[in-house]
Amino acid sequence: MKRTSAFNVVSVAFGLAFLYLPIAILVIYSFNASRLVTVWGGWSLAWYRELLRDQAILDAAWMSLRIGALSASAATVLGTLAAVALTRARRFRGRLMFSGMVYAPLVMPEVITGLSLLLLFVATGVDRGFWTVTAAHTTLTMCFVTVIVQSRLIGFDRSLEEAAMDLGCPPLKTFLIVTLPLIWPAVAAGWMLAFSLSLDDLVIASFTTGPGATTLPIRIYSQVRLGVKPEINAICTIMIAVVALATIVSSLAAKRGATRRAREGLGVQV
Amino acid sequence: MSARGAGKRPGGGRLVVLIPYLWLIAFFLAPFVIVAKISLSQTAMALPPYTPVLDLAAGWAGLKQFAAQLSLDSYALLASDELYLRSYLKSLEIAGVSTVLLLLIGYPLAYGIARSPRGLQPLLVMLVVLPFWTSFLIRVYAWINILQRDGLLNDVLMRLHVIGAPIAWLSTDTAIYIGVVYSYLPFMVLPLYASLEKIDPSLLEAAADLGCPRWKAFWRVTLPLSWPGVAAGALLCFIPITGEFVIPDLLGGSRTLMIGQTLWTEFFSNRDWPVASAIAVALLALLLVPILFYERLQKRAIGETP
Amino acid sequence: MESGAAPLVRFEAVSKRFGALTAVDALSLDIAKGEFFALLGPSGCGKTTLLRMLAGFETPSEGRILLNGADISTMPPHLRPVNMMFQSYALFPHLNVEKNISFGLRQEKVSRREIAARLEEMLALVRLQGYGRRRIDQLSGGQKQRVALARALIKRPSVLLLDEPLAALDKKLRTETQFELMELQRKLGTSFVIVTHDQDEAMTVADRIAVMDRGQLAQVGAPSDVYEHPASRWVADFIGEVTLIEGRFSAPGIMQTLIGQLRVSDTGVPLGETVWLGLRPEKLTIGRDKPAGDVNAIAGTLHEAGYRGDMSIYKVRLGDRSLMKVAVANTGARQHSFSAGDVVWLSWPSDAGMVLTQ
Repeated sequence: MKRTSAFNVVSVAFGLAFLYLPIAILVIYSFNASRLVTVWGGWSLAWYRELLRDQAILDAAWMSLRIGALSASAATVLGTLAAVALTRARRFRGRLMFSGMVYAPLVMPEVITGLSLLLLFVATGVDRGFWTVTAAHTTLTMCFVTVIVQSRLIGFDRSLEEAAMDLGCPPLKTFLIVTLPLIWPAVAAGWMLAFSLSLDDLVIASFTTGPGATTLPIRIYSQVRLGVKPEINAICTIMIAVVALATIVSSLAAKRGATRRAREGLGVQV
Repeated sequence: MSARGAGKRPGGGRLVVLIPYLWLIAFFLAPFVIVAKISLSQTAMALPPYTPVLDLAAGWAGLKQFAAQLSLDSYALLASDELYLRSYLKSLEIAGVSTVLLLLIGYPLAYGIARSPRGLQPLLVMLVVLPFWTSFLIRVYAWINILQRDGLLNDVLMRLHVIGAPIAWLSTDTAIYIGVVYSYLPFMVLPLYASLEKIDPSLLEAAADLGCPRWKAFWRVTLPLSWPGVAAGALLCFIPITGEFVIPDLLGGSRTLMIGQTLWTEFFSNRDWPVASAIAVALLALLLVPILFYERLQKRAIGETP
Repeated sequence: MESGAAPLVRFEAVSKRFGALTAVDALSLDIAKGEFFALLGPSGCGKTTLLRMLAGFETPSEGRILLNGADISTMPPHLRPVNMMFQSYALFPHLNVEKNISFGLRQEKVSRREIAARLEEMLALVRLQGYGRRRIDQLSGGQKQRVALARALIKRPSVLLLDEPLAALDKKLRTETQFELMELQRKLGTSFVIVTHDQDEAMTVADRIAVMDRGQLAQVGAPSDVYEHPASRWVADFIGEVTLIEGRFSAPGIMQTLIGQLRVSDTGVPLGETVWLGLRPEKLTIGRDKPAGDVNAIAGTLHEAGYRGDMSIYKVRLGDRSLMKVAVANTGARQHSFSAGDVVWLSWPSDAGMVLTQ
């Protein structure tokens, strides 16, 4: 399966180009001095300066970051619990319904999820705003965390957990000091995925938000409907840079962490 | 052997299940019940903009009065007005065609990655996934930049003298297809890659040994074995695309209304919550079979009951 | 095992079912204090399931397990005074050697000084002094095994369970480690229960062996008992090599078989009943001439001769087309030089065979 042919190289190259070209264009044109996409006016940071003066967008970005971090953390905890429940607890009442509910948000159209959550909040009389969006995002993203952590848990060597229990470690402690340290890359990947999904979401945030809780996508969307604005290119470029940086940093940190541990032979403090 | 190990002790074990379970019941299941109920309600110039409103304090009599006021008016509207029917069909059409396009583009890409040197594969997979981690909105927006009347595509095509005047790429089905394929490609490539990567290379060697030419080995061995990936990728794309809102809204025109847009309009513009709810319920009913099929696939993939 | 002493471990009619499959079938067994006990049997016989029930990773479907008289059948593994050495070693990859070995002690409220002292003791016991700070992935297979052993022994359990511990080692290392384990067991006085499919291993290390077949006990006894006095044809065939000859006692001490009339020591088996005579290859003598004396003698044609270094193995075809296996130690050079097709005489005294009734 490993013989590369010209066709394979071409298809991979074409596919990746297709994926990155529009983004590359967007990034480049954020530095375009001219307003028009078809005219290249030279390199300029004008739009970034415009962006910094746009308080509305900056507020929205800050709102999105806070909602993202909070909902990602909650989703990671809940999603990991759900993954553990599905892989460890063999039979419990309502398991079928549980797994159905866990996997459904993966495919459910967002308009349906968004609408249903909004109606819930209205029916229960909850004021819509920061907390409702956070709760909505948590519900949406926890299933992604579950899928990632679950696939890691399935391949996990159960005899390590059995050895820990055999040596006197109760099940909960075993999970915390043996299993979790060894699956944390999957948990971290789940957090990052949940964070970017939250940062990115337009539909559900639109349904479940309230006054004073405008997220960045909502802000961008309202401006985009009026036409292409170069400041949008600028904010998009910044977001891309942030995500790319975060991905690079986290993968470097994972690698460096592993080499450091190898050199010092340190162990986890129990 | 260790797959049948003893589970956690009852006390702690139940809590592990209970916490996410309760959350999901509260924030996933209950909302759907409410949507169903609202779809049976009627619009009202009130806050909330529907009636009847369930008042538990009114007791049993209140409940009976409540039930009596429920109606299927919204569903009747859906069935009678051609607009809704066309939206549903349009959505299914776009989702179906997009899924096929995604397969045509995604399969060679996934296959190419699976056949590249082992060490390179994680990097390639990450490159495919990375755009997905940037904003969905951004990526759709990027296409607006390219496809708009005075955008890049027209500019390039005109300079190459392929066309004489700028073409309106936006506000067409074509633009929607481009946007959908672009945004959902990782959802197709990842499951495909996962199942292609698992295929034992010695199977293809055996086929060659038995006299099978490369293309035939692909058709007879690789393709059938990658079927779980194909099914997973197709469902993972088809189902959400049906309810897509952002892409048709930004890239499509006012003539091509997908059901997601219809729902949004009913809700935000017309403030007709019961009809919007009815649309959602009908959409869910439409997608129920694919969703259940997908769940079965998920369970089979992780080794539970078929 | 001293008669009258209470057993350390008792399995009382223990069964374990997985759905439609019965892995262990109403099995009763005692294991004594200070004994090196082996569970031996082919794949799927239930020996590993039995071990895991003792460790606490499986709960018996029926029956009870008693440890020092107390019923531990449903006790979770982390509360049992039983420790296990896993087949894959199951060393924690994110902890170093020290932290792996002392893991069990750190779950109890043991003082740091005590932990350090016992750690030193264990490292010396398994000859890994100075390896404390190493990471697990820096160790060889044999070293990993010793860490796993130290980790399981540091808590001074009543019973140490070993799940096919030597399967991953090469032959020489395996033999060395077998003797190390025996020495360790004698020194510590802890009961060891080892699961293995390798009968040589079981015979070497164990004080007593339980031979299992499809969830049930075929025989329990000391190695010499199981080898010299197997309870059934199956056991005779599973442990070591054997040639089985079917026949009937026509008179006390005289057995009628397809290869002729044989003299067999009287065992009180009723006349006329079908029995089998089991002959171990090393108990037979092979020669060119018909042997004199009061022995059983059969002529046959040499079918195959194999040289194994320490022994020569001969396969001889008898009159009824059956093959009989003979093993002769190569005590001196040029003792026997047979080739295929030669006519040879096999002989054995009347007490050399084992009479098997089932």
